[in-house]
Amino acid sequence: MLLREVEYARPGTLEEAVALLAADDGARALAGGQTLVNVMKARAASPDALIDLNRIEELKGIELGADGTLEIGAMTTYSELVASSEARARPILGEVCAQIADVQVRNRGTLGGNVCSNDPTNHLPPLLVAVGAEFVVRGADGERTVPADEFFLGVYMTAVGPGEVLTRIRVPAGRGDGFASVTLGADGTCISNAAASVEDGVRVALGCVDAVPVLLRPASAGADAVRAAVREAGLEPPSDVHASAEYRTHLAEVLAVRAVDQASQRRS
Amino acid sequence: METTTSATITVTVNGTTYEREVEARKLLIHFLRDDLDLTGSHVGCDTGNCGACSAIVDGTLVKTCMMLAVQADGSTVETVEGLADGDRLTKLQQAFSDHHALQCGYCTPGMLMSATALLRANPHPSEDEIRKGLQGNICRCTGYWNIVEAVKAASE
Repeated sequence: MLLREVEYARPGTLEEAVALLAADDGARALAGGQTLVNVMKARAASPDALIDLNRIEELKGIELGADGTLEIGAMTTYSELVASSEARARPILGEVCAQIADVQVRNRGTLGGNVCSNDPTNHLPPLLVAVGAEFVVRGADGERTVPADEFFLGVYMTAVGPGEVLTRIRVPAGRGDGFASVTLGADGTCISNAAASVEDGVRVALGCVDAVPVLLRPASAGADAVRAAVREAGLEPPSDVHASAEYRTHLAEVLAVRAVDQASQRRS
Repeated sequence: METTTSATITVTVNGTTYEREVEARKLLIHFLRDDLDLTGSHVGCDTGNCGACSAIVDGTLVKTCMMLAVQADGSTVETVEGLADGDRLTKLQQAFSDHHALQCGYCTPGMLMSATALLRANPHPSEDEIRKGLQGNICRCTGYWNIVEAVKAASE
């Protein structure tokens, strides 16, 4: 498919990328392109300019701090994360990245692109909310850090504003994590998913049921408490060809319990 | 630094280096097929699902319908045309023929590139690993059985 005519630049530094994005309201950052290029084909998005982040070294790489905190460059691909020995400090990250789409998509798709596109069916938004990640965002005025529960604002909308770039994702130390999903075929699009962490109290984040991940804090990791928390959330998920709202609500409860069970087993 | 709607790129495809002016909006698959006349890589779904356009860029398997040609500037690209040495098929290609791993053949170039990338990274994959390695490639004829058999045979 021929895309609409588009301006393009491939900056080598973050400063240049931020300047280019700030200079044009119609400019969009191009990360792995595994979503953006396709929505451009469909004319669902028609940016005037693409600022390609693929050759900015400072957006790549994974570092493991002395306290176990992971600093993940936003342009890290899923495959790079899966292969990273540092990332094994928080094993759930690689396990979930290994079940996104297919080899080719994992080779190009990036963690930053996944969260910044904030498609409600994506795997990483609920996972990063559950583990209490932080997002480092750079703009012309400098750098700021946004906690995960404030990062996702709406369908396809995040705290990364015009003229800004997500630079790093910071994940605290921990192992007591779980993830469960029902997908369209193996490793396909999620119909419903849930991520859980029992490191800092019980945190459950539900995906696919609202515009942004729904964060719950059940009183305990017991199945009854988790089910009660999901029911109290009063979910009103969308209905579509894959699942009715009623079925998604049912799945959310089941998957939340599975994710918390997995997290509890790993914690102990 | 300024933006531009076209650029001159240098790309090495199957050992030959090409320098071409391309529009920024041109997908890598169209550059390969239309500008370089390398029509082995196919456009199937054009939505990133089917994998018929798969090629290896700088050693990494990608779907070339989800990458701009300008992004391949300075890269080394391998397509299905680069596999055989004249009439000498690779072991994998011969195995596809021997095991009837294709019917209409439309998916075959992508399947071969994905399987080539898989066998480089993992010369002796299990059946599960083969299926996982080919999950980005859709075949509507074979039911995958003979494709998996062919990859298995090529890995022995």
